[in-house]
Amino acid sequence: MTDRTGEREETALASPPIDWIPILIPVAVALIALPLVGSFSTWATLTVAALAMGMIIFIMASGLTLVFGLMDVINFGHGVFISLGAYMSLLVLRPLMGWVESPSLALNIGVLVLCILVAMAASGLFGLVFERVIIRPVYRQHLKQILVTMGGLIIIEQLLHVFFGGSPITIALPQNFRGGLAIGADVIVERYRLIAVVVGATVFLAMMLVLNRTRIGLLVRAGVENPEMVEALGYRIRRLFVGVFVAGSALAGLGGVMWGFYQQTLTIGMGLQVLVLIFIVVIIGGLGSIGGCLIGSLLVALVANYTAFLEPKIALISNIALMLVVLMWRPQGLYPVVKV
Amino acid sequence: MPDPLLTLEGVHTHIGRYHILQGVDFDVPRGSFTVLLGRNGAGKTTTLRTIMGLWKASQGKIRFAGEDVTVRPTPDIAAAGIAYIPENMSVFSGLTVRENLILAARAGKIDSARLEWIFSLFPAMQRFFGAAAGTLSGGQKQMLAIARALIEPRDLILVDEPTKGLAPAIVANMIKAFREVKNAGATVLLVEQNFMAAKMLGDAVAVMDDGRIVHRGAMAELAADHALQHRLLGLHMDAHQ
Ligand SMILES: Nc1ncnc2c1ncn2[C@@H]1O[C@H](COP(=O)(O)OP(=O)(O)O)[C@@H](O)[C@H]1O
Ligand SMILES: [Mg+2]
Repeated sequence: MTDRTGEREETALASPPIDWIPILIPVAVALIALPLVGSFSTWATLTVAALAMGMIIFIMASGLTLVFGLMDVINFGHGVFISLGAYMSLLVLRPLMGWVESPSLALNIGVLVLCILVAMAASGLFGLVFERVIIRPVYRQHLKQILVTMGGLIIIEQLLHVFFGGSPITIALPQNFRGGLAIGADVIVERYRLIAVVVGATVFLAMMLVLNRTRIGLLVRAGVENPEMVEALGYRIRRLFVGVFVAGSALAGLGGVMWGFYQQTLTIGMGLQVLVLIFIVVIIGGLGSIGGCLIGSLLVALVANYTAFLEPKIALISNIALMLVVLMWRPQGLYPVVKV
Repeated sequence: MPDPLLTLEGVHTHIGRYHILQGVDFDVPRGSFTVLLGRNGAGKTTTLRTIMGLWKASQGKIRFAGEDVTVRPTPDIAAAGIAYIPENMSVFSGLTVRENLILAARAGKIDSARLEWIFSLFPAMQRFFGAAAGTLSGGQKQMLAIARALIEPRDLILVDEPTKGLAPAIVANMIKAFREVKNAGATVLLVEQNFMAAKMLGDAVAVMDDGRIVHRGAMAELAADHALQHRLLGLHMDAHQ
């Protein structure tokens, strides 16, 4: 009898407690912002915009954090897969203008799904080539990685230039995603932002499922911690890494589609612009941590949106400041991945 | 004399500019329990890592089960039937005990009879089956690292100082477990500083110093010969403390 109680106690002690503090930080930031912003409806608008932006950033950053964590590769080229994905949606939008303008919700959703599929396929494919040609020769050489991946980024940017021209391109949201949805008396939430939140949440849940419930996911998590031991157990980490790189590039493409619609303007430099935020997110979250990546994305987006409203002058540096504060508190990021 | 399972012939290993292994020769007979002794920094860990292909031998030959594995990539060497329990244990701390074992079982699922056997060797593994490996104590992590090597039958198990830093009671448990592994017919190459443990387990022994094998023989012989022990092990201690 006593024996069994003892065992149960030990088990309770050993089960890993969820670290709630990082999860509470975005909530705290939102609550603190409420009195500062003053008006509840403005605050609600800003917050929903931040959630949407945060989820899109998460989609774009999630692949990068795994690539970083798994192979210790610094990929500045990641930004161009965002632009690439966004521009690929033009291949769908141009011939299917009818679907975009159609009042049918099904056709509207259809055109978004098609954009996403085409963008993910194209950026995944480019990712495969990019890994082979650009990344593989510079494993374990950080300085070269930075230079060479930047070079790869410029090449793909130039390709986009050739095919789509250099000037910004305006795109229209599908009919049913335009405008706002009134919630309560005076809060209006833009429909597309809700869609972005839904898509981001879906990606997050799918990634959690894959990482926690599949063998590939286990291998990725193990590989982020200790790639050498994964090899010593008999698995080829290289193949795993190529898979993750392709998936990460495809996710960047998906993020590009969502970001393009969010801004309704495409520029070739859009990926590189947002890349700074993405690196901040990856660092804040903890290299290789998907949960940290989500919290970091939301935090970065909230801070960016509130400061842009409250004090536009400091908006630019607010995220750098955020990163410094987080790193002073947890030098390895919100959810440090234990490395050997 | 049957063919040895593992043979090292004149193996040299460079790490960066450093010439660490300077011609290592020894073999591990099939079914034997071979202990590799030697002071800190002698090159024992480097030897195991070179066998696993984690460092590449710059010269010499490593043969496993009749095949030359010297230049094979690590996953292939592992897949050929070698399990490796590194010095730092290298359990995946973000994964549960169960997940650690699932990954080690390349078949994709855990054989329940083997799992029961492992639970009987290390009851803590059963108790903490669902716990993250990072929450285990040092001794339990070491047990998990060993359990990972035992979850499927492997032809050869390489173990690097499993008793290092562990409490005596846990060391005793560990020795008992290795006895069973030995009785089950496994071939083991054990790196060990703890001569007591080495004596209780080893059939054969090789002693290393400065990147070379300086003695090979039966463990019983070394255990009985105090002068030899002193010369091979004691003197080194004196020289380096
Ligand atoms: N990564 C490394 N870089 C440089 N030297 C190393 C490295 N690993 C081990 N060495 C050196 O190689 C020698 C042998 O080390 P090791 O094989 O770990 O010895 P042992 O396991 O017998 O204590 C030591 O002198 C050590 O300093
Ligand atoms: Mg060692």
